Amino acid sequence: MEHTIHNERRDFLKKVSLSGGGLLLGFTLFEDLMAGPVQGQLVEGLKHDFNSYLSIAPDGTVTIASPNPELGQNIKTSFAMIVAEELDADWNKVVVVQAPLDTNRFERQLTGGSGAVPHSWKRLRNAGATARLMLVTAAASRWRVSPAECTASEGMVMHEASGKKASYGELVMDAAKLPVPPEVKLKDHKSFKLIGKPIRNVENKNIVTGKGLFGLDFYREGMMYAVIQRPPAFGTQIKSVNDKAAKAMPGVTNVVTFKNNVAVVGTSTWAVLKARKALDISYEPIPGKMPESSTDHDALFTSMMNRTDAKVNRKEGDVEAAFSKAAKVIKREFECPFIPHNPIEPMNFFADVRPDGVELVGPTQTPGSARKAVSDLLKIPESKITVDITRLGGGFGRRLKFDYVVEAAEVSSIIKKPVKLIWTREDDMGGGSYRPAVRYRFEAAIDAQGNLTGYKLRGVGINVGNSTRENNFPSGSIDNLLIDSVDHSSPITTGAWRAPVTNFLACAEQSFLDEVAEAMGKDPVQLRLELLQKARTAPAGPVRYDIDRMENVIKTVAEKSQWGKKPGVAQGFSVYFSHASYVGQVCDVVMEAGKPVVKKITAVSDCGIVINSSGAQQQVMGGILDGFGHAMYGKLSFTNGEPEQKNFNVYRHVRMKGIPEVDTSFVDNGKDPTGLGEPALPPTGGAVANAIYKATGKRIYKQPFIEQDPLKETE
Amino acid sequence: MPVYTLNVNGKSLKVDVAADTPLLWVLRDNLRLVGTKFGCGIGSCGACTIHLNGNATRACLLPVSSVGTSKVTTIEGLTEKGDHPLQQAWDEVDVPQCGYCQAGQIMTAAAFLKKTPNPTLEQVETAMNGNLCRCAAYHRIREAVLVASKKTK
Ligand code: FES
Ligand code: FES
Repeated sequence: MEHTIHNERRDFLKKVSLSGGGLLLGFTLFEDLMAGPVQGQLVEGLKHDFNSYLSIAPDGTVTIASPNPELGQNIKTSFAMIVAEELDADWNKVVVVQAPLDTNRFERQLTGGSGAVPHSWKRLRNAGATARLMLVTAAASRWRVSPAECTASEGMVMHEASGKKASYGELVMDAAKLPVPPEVKLKDHKSFKLIGKPIRNVENKNIVTGKGLFGLDFYREGMMYAVIQRPPAFGTQIKSVNDKAAKAMPGVTNVVTFKNNVAVVGTSTWAVLKARKALDISYEPIPGKMPESSTDHDALFTSMMNRTDAKVNRKEGDVEAAFSKAAKVIKREFECPFIPHNPIEPMNFFADVRPDGVELVGPTQTPGSARKAVSDLLKIPESKITVDITRLGGGFGRRLKFDYVVEAAEVSSIIKKPVKLIWTREDDMGGGSYRPAVRYRFEAAIDAQGNLTGYKLRGVGINVGNSTRENNFPSGSIDNLLIDSVDHSSPITTGAWRAPVTNFLACAEQSFLDEVAEAMGKDPVQLRLELLQKARTAPAGPVRYDIDRMENVIKTVAEKSQWGKKPGVAQGFSVYFSHASYVGQVCDVVMEAGKPVVKKITAVSDCGIVINSSGAQQQVMGGILDGFGHAMYGKLSFTNGEPEQKNFNVYRHVRMKGIPEVDTSFVDNGKDPTGLGEPALPPTGGAVANAIYKATGKRIYKQPFIEQDPLKETE
Repeated sequence: MPVYTLNVNGKSLKVDVAADTPLLWVLRDNLRLVGTKFGCGIGSCGACTIHLNGNATRACLLPVSSVGTSKVTTIEGLTEKGDHPLQQAWDEVDVPQCGYCQAGQIMTAAAFLKKTPNPTLEQVETAMNGNLCRCAAYHRIREAVLVASKKTK
């Protein structure tokens, strides 16, 4: 089906201008301003504004701006593909540029929540289709034919009857003189030529030749290097600082203490790293705060499980009655530790605080919030602060926090020089913002007829807020249900970690449902299908997931994985809906030398239309290995508020050796695309645990799996 | 501070730095060759991998004073045009996610393929195991090393 889109004047402005680069036809992609002031701005600042447009130069080069930070989710390639598809551009002539922060021009200029593609899908297509229509109209009027007789493909407009052809570059001057069409037709998804294809990352060449794309690579003549000593333990503060020895070290220009930080500034990274070691700082507990140890958390979670004042997140029917009448009750607890994000590029940022304004450059998932925080700190209006977004060496949610941006700005404002602040791995792993530690208790009531009549979930966690997702499956499919949560406030700081909350909730829930199915004497796939059927025919309260799509991924992944049909292979099933996408997974485990070995994970994802089949496969494979690695190995523990693991020698990540094979496929349903940076991760832990159970008869209730029977190494 | 004359990517370059400065920071801060990355600083991630006389070496652990006349090759000097079979394979297989670890991966793989031109999958896994890819692009890294090994024949 083709869609017709109405162009609002304020959404689409065109621009004709002669500049050094020739004639540019620009369309704002995300314009949300009144036409008046914008047009004034455009005429003046051509060069600067150029980045926020789809523009076509007379040589045919199509430049597309990508506003969202790129951290490996491949947005820079996907966004451009969407525009180029509707434009019918020649992909070889497309150049993609990272736009700086510009809240006037772009909406939602952040990376998080797998939300960029869903947010921008129509806007990007509309931009491409509008430009295309104007180019076709320009060609038709040049040839004195009807636009309907002309076609466009790969950067050319053609008139078949006369054999006439013209490139976009040749037409752009005429096209720019035309009025913006009031409405455009978008393509039917079945006629997409670029979308859905495996298009290579536009940055590959630069990456494999070592170009300085990342924040840590940024250099400005005259800039200083800085590292900060922060309190090593959460819940402590500086008591005294002796910085004499550090100040005397070669290459050190300043040592400054602010808040709970001591910054060492100098002429090279190594000089400041060495000098930081010479600092003599003593710390004391912050009054009223308890530096916590991981060993305290066990008792804490137990007491939170017994609390009678939990926050009720969802309640259906009469849970207590269902449980008192139950023929069988299953009650299980699951727990996960804190984990750091550990993006491979440590935190860093460049800041130059000058009397006339502030320049910020570096890797951030939230440039807008970072600027606001710097503005609040320095009392400088946001209009005087620029943010350039470099490529991010991973994020996983860590760079949604902007503590390191604010630090860089504060150091620069104190020493009155441009500065690049660098965190080491130890700073990063010890610096907070972790995935919160959480414990879940699940209870299921099964009646005498073998029906699942009651369901309870309590989530207790540390600095997590609501640790449940009360409207996700199986809510809606069980008549009597209670989901509540208790949160504990701790000095250990936490933050969003790839697929927040669901990264472990899904693992726990999918493991629990496997056990429930077993207790009911049902196949785990069958149990899910029956529950979905119940949600369809007699829903218990609102159903906030698409039953058909969920059912489809369950059936498809069962088929693709040859569920239950592989002799000698123990299989575990899992399915999860998060960030608006549906992913089903089956894990294959075989016993080798008496140990369960994870051999393969088959995944079926429904994220609507797949933009880039290569990038999508990457996200699913990477998400699954990330989910697998952290379920198996991830753990950050604390003694008196101090993390016990601070570098990769003692904190284990998944490595190449022994990775399972991953089979990815996608549902082709033509629905508008949803995100894919996160949804493949949550189901993995549960599929793995369930397969290990099948192989060994042992259930795993705690992450990291490697510390639990049957995986625990026995020396 | 002492002055060292280094042989980097075929060029003789002088740097004036403290003797214990790891080569990683000399490359990055002094020579502005930023393709060699900092990930851990303790030899545990491989992001800083360079070649020292053709051997894959962690630049974060190598003090500049011990480099001497050894030939240092960084990702920028692996090839002039960026067309090493591994660099081509990395693009063809579309390996990079965030991309930060990839220069180190390629440098490890390049030294490995020189010594083991026809590797098995297990050999690739063993050789590449020290290079962390936090985005976990391991399937494609592994595939690209094998693709490159076939190109070199
Ligand atoms: S930075 Fe050298 S191995 Fe990690
Ligand atoms: S591609 Fe991101 S760490 Fe390897």
